[in-house]
Amino acid sequence: MDLDDTPEQAAYRAQVRGWLDEHKREAPVLQGEGALEDEDEIIAARRVWQGKLAEGGLAGVTWPKEYGGQGLGPIEQVICNQEIGKAKVPGILDAIGVGMLGPTIIAHGSEEQKSRYLGPMLHGDEVWCQMFSEPAAGSDLAAVQTRARQLQDGSWRLSGQKVWTTNAQFASFGLLLARTDPDVPKHKGLTMFIVPMDADGVTVRGLRQISGEAEFNEVFFDDVALDEGAVVGGAGNGWGTALTTLMFERVTIGLGSEGMGYNSTRFAAAIAADEHARRDPEVRHKLGEIASELLAVRFTGYRTLTALQKGQVPGPEAGLAKVTIVSGAIKAGDLIADVLGPDALDEDSQWAYMISFLPGLKSAGGTEEILRNTIGERVLGLPPEPRLDKGIPFSELRSKEGAPA
Amino acid sequence: MNLSLSDEQVFLREAARGALSRFKTVAAAREALDGDEHALPDLWPTACEAGWPGLLIDEAHGGAGLDAFDAMLVLGECGRVLADVPLLGHLPATAILGDSPNAAEFMADLASGERRAAYLPSEPPDDVHEQWSTDPASGFGRGPLPSAGAGGRDSNQDGRVALTGSVAFVPDAPGADVLVGVAMGSDGKALGVAVLADAPGVEIEAVTRYDATRSLGNVTLKDAPAVVLDCPEQSLVGAWHLAQSLIAAESLGSVETALDVSVAYAKERFTFGRAIGSYQAVKHALTEVLRELENGRSLLYYAGWARSGAPQEFALAANAARSVAGRALDDAARTMISVHGGIGATWEHDAPLYFRRAQLSRRLLGGTAGATDRVAGELLTQAAAA
Repeated sequence: MDLDDTPEQAAYRAQVRGWLDEHKREAPVLQGEGALEDEDEIIAARRVWQGKLAEGGLAGVTWPKEYGGQGLGPIEQVICNQEIGKAKVPGILDAIGVGMLGPTIIAHGSEEQKSRYLGPMLHGDEVWCQMFSEPAAGSDLAAVQTRARQLQDGSWRLSGQKVWTTNAQFASFGLLLARTDPDVPKHKGLTMFIVPMDADGVTVRGLRQISGEAEFNEVFFDDVALDEGAVVGGAGNGWGTALTTLMFERVTIGLGSEGMGYNSTRFAAAIAADEHARRDPEVRHKLGEIASELLAVRFTGYRTLTALQKGQVPGPEAGLAKVTIVSGAIKAGDLIADVLGPDALDEDSQWAYMISFLPGLKSAGGTEEILRNTIGERVLGLPPEPRLDKGIPFSELRSKEGAPA
Repeated sequence: MNLSLSDEQVFLREAARGALSRFKTVAAAREALDGDEHALPDLWPTACEAGWPGLLIDEAHGGAGLDAFDAMLVLGECGRVLADVPLLGHLPATAILGDSPNAAEFMADLASGERRAAYLPSEPPDDVHEQWSTDPASGFGRGPLPSAGAGGRDSNQDGRVALTGSVAFVPDAPGADVLVGVAMGSDGKALGVAVLADAPGVEIEAVTRYDATRSLGNVTLKDAPAVVLDCPEQSLVGAWHLAQSLIAAESLGSVETALDVSVAYAKERFTFGRAIGSYQAVKHALTEVLRELENGRSLLYYAGWARSGAPQEFALAANAARSVAGRALDDAARTMISVHGGIGATWEHDAPLYFRRAQLSRRLLGGTAGATDRVAGELLTQAAAA
């Protein structure tokens, strides 16, 4: 049992660190003195920086070499993330594209798609967004209603709405799950598409959250034309393609949770600064409970890494770590606000931002309820809830909604 | 990076499970509660045969020379079946004695199990409490350590002192041959001490509280002759945290059983035409126990790694494990009862035995709440220093 690098890993770490030492002055400054403030400038600078990271081999670490990656494993990805964090420079801008959507295209895309899209994605020249969730399809993702109809000439017309779309406001492309056949059961009539975000009929609208900032978007599609080559993984196979993306999402979340900044050291520091709070038994008890669970998540992450190193794929139980992080951070925000008083809720306070952000994060990447369902069924082997939609064509399901049970 | 069990550790765990499966420990726990004093099997011979008494003792002294994580694996197996193996008292004591050159002659007998030690819980100072302390016989405060040399016999020149004081709820004290803990010297310095259980002035009163499988003793010392151990103070501090990690591991073993039994029942019990485990209310309660169990397991790895890999973090890791494990066991036992419905709260079912284990375990060795407070103390101290 150890947390040490193997000699190969240590050599890789030294290589990454060496590159960062040489190039970190070229990174955009996002915090503190001289920080960029204009949103467009920040995005532009981060795209350039992602290009440099890609040239240095620090982006797409796990991508195959033939697509511009390093052909390395998840451990090297984690080492790379750790060193980028230690160097206090921003990571890649398009973590969703490079971490989840690119790997999906590598797994299911055509050769044309791979050679057209992967290079510009990796280098930040074209940012991507993920368009799966809809207002009425989140936990029940296979219930998407965005509709794509194929014309005689093989091209498609797309209409509908997506939501919670991070980066859509500056993305060049999106990977979109649409219903192409409503007359079969819901998982079967789905198809994955690549959608140019500048196409006629695509409208992106910022969705402001509790903090007042708009980190997500709604995206509307009004008879958007897509050519035949926009399909990824074959018509009707969209659900299987989506599952690949979701698997990479789990890996990304499982390996990146430490980076979310919800850790015991940061929370303890906020309380340690207050002489009264740090000696108050109730404050200490709450901090101790929260911190113990967040410390556990760090070591759950190391257990996940050990499994990955042995070639095992992280299972749905990684979702439990997300539940712990979010619920722990919510309690920590509450405790820190108790300690600091209304100042914690100053609009410029990091704590106000965190307190505002977490209620939404509870639902992001799978609601707590759906995660618990999945884990209960897949890990504990408990029977599923009866599904009233099983085997029924999607078009008939829609007509039943609103009818008495 | 390697945070997984080695082949040897898997074997150690499987062997422990196999050895304990030869006894009906859970049934015995119920009979013992009913007042049958002889119901509990004597598991010490089994422990000796398996080499558990010497887990933490150097091979040079006849032990296995293993580390805390290996001991946690064995404690976890004991917890699974509520087995009353007196390792919680013995192992922290051997950790102190093993660091004391002047105790070397005892080690072979302690490793073989020929003689059994019990650790007198001695809680080190923290960022709020400046003094060492023990668990009091009752009440919310902390008790004073036994004092070394009261009565004018504190020469300490030949390494011998007379101990006076009391320590309550000492795990596995009844029947132990030697008691090992910390005493307060007349100069206010903490001393590691060992006292033979049959020495004059030593009284060990066996006490049972709520969980008949847990052997406890109230120890009273009146001018009892003791040897001052020449271990470093860090070893005395480490023993407390080791005990926290061991009771954490034992608790998580009990959580495993509580969860397994509850999940099995949730699959076979039907209401309104379907298995109760299909209802989200039941499913989510069980995944909550799994979440706590997995968090606890991760912290056992942390503690097991830190004890030698990052000793400055061992206190944080061990107490975090204890904190999570204590809450996990309480929740697992309560969920076990509620998933089973009314029968889960009766003598007919095993659930009350795990519930009793949970309630008492959470109050021993400074309590789960004490461990939780220490986690905060460690982090606040780190933060203030940063």
